[in-house]
Amino acid sequence: MRAWRVAALSLCVALPALAISIEVGDGRWQTKVPATARQRSNPMANESSAVAAGAKLFQRNCASCHGKQAEGLATHPDLHTERVKNATPGELEWLLKNGSLKNGMPSWSRLPEPQRWQLVSFLKSL
Amino acid sequence: MITPLSRLVRTAIFAVPFLFTSCAFAQEGYFITYSHQMEEPGNLEVGVKSVTASPKDGNAFLANAWEFEYGVKTWWTSEVYLDSQYTANESSVFTGFRWENRFRPLLREHWINPVLYVEFENINGADKSLLEVVGHDTREEFSERNDRHEKKREAELKLILSSNVKGWNFSENMIAEKNLAGEPWEFGYALGVSRPLALLASAKQCVFCRENFSAGAEMYGGLGDRYSFGLHDTSHYLAPVVEWRIPGSTTFKFSPGFGLNDNSERFLFRFGVSCEIDQIVSRLRGH
Repeated sequence: MRAWRVAALSLCVALPALAISIEVGDGRWQTKVPATARQRSNPMANESSAVAAGAKLFQRNCASCHGKQAEGLATHPDLHTERVKNATPGELEWLLKNGSLKNGMPSWSRLPEPQRWQLVSFLKSL
Repeated sequence: MITPLSRLVRTAIFAVPFLFTSCAFAQEGYFITYSHQMEEPGNLEVGVKSVTASPKDGNAFLANAWEFEYGVKTWWTSEVYLDSQYTANESSVFTGFRWENRFRPLLREHWINPVLYVEFENINGADKSLLEVVGHDTREEFSERNDRHEKKREAELKLILSSNVKGWNFSENMIAEKNLAGEPWEFGYALGVSRPLALLASAKQCVFCRENFSAGAEMYGGLGDRYSFGLHDTSHYLAPVVEWRIPGSTTFKFSPGFGLNDNSERFLFRFGVSCEIDQIVSRLRGH
């Protein structure tokens, strides 16, 4: 019985340690975007309502960290930057899908892909 | 004897979910099955998952699992459950707590995304929250009178596999549970599939538009134990799930569950309310 308790306790300790050890730096997210993802164009680029829909999604999902005007809050970055302006739509969609977990940006893969493109439309309109 | 204080506590337990009116978009999910969706770091999700049934050979019951889920890191979510239940003609009892941690070892989105789940639970024999079905769990457990003397200190491990494809989420959970009092490992499974009713967001603020609803189904059941692995003497359920997210407010979930064999309770009804409080530590600090 004691052996099982020790095993269970060890697992409780070992699994977080494993997760932490796996969390190694992956550098700047832009350098990790595959070429195929980088070159993807925004299928919503010509949709007139995409920016407004993206703004709504931004307020629901992103504003609590990045600010209502995307101005950045605390350690969360301002999105009115040259890096965001110069990023391709494909790079931004890749970042939304994968996140940058090491740097605190969660994955938004739970949002359907069309909604991620609507968010990209909004980000490119800033 | 029911004192005014205990009546107040009971009222609070059942009413508090409906008091959350100004918190952010809550996390999607199933009732039993876990996807690879983690809590956003710094956010606290507060909710209650309830299940009610009327066993043929026992008294009707309502079991509640209060849920406090915190995003520690983007790859680490920690969650505490406080379980209670009310059984008609018997009593209302607090049945224990669970502490779970989920870790996402791969830091990018893949075709299949694994999550490691570790839980310790300290509950008693009266617990009916049915947050998982393992081993040879059967409907007979719902018919027993409330008995808090049986202690269940259990460790539970899950391997969560989950994929998001074209708006659909497919999740598979493999469960192994061990009563630390020396009982054998018990096994179970949970499978889920869900999809939002609309993949595109509308430009206008709306409460009843299709993008705020998702529908799916989950199937879960036991797989025996270390000495009798398989489907013999196990129970299984199939449950459609409907979720309604009110933007800027609360998420509601409903799920009628149907037993698939004679060992299963014929009908369960689950409902849940949750909301997510964004960046709670920053809020408390006044940032």
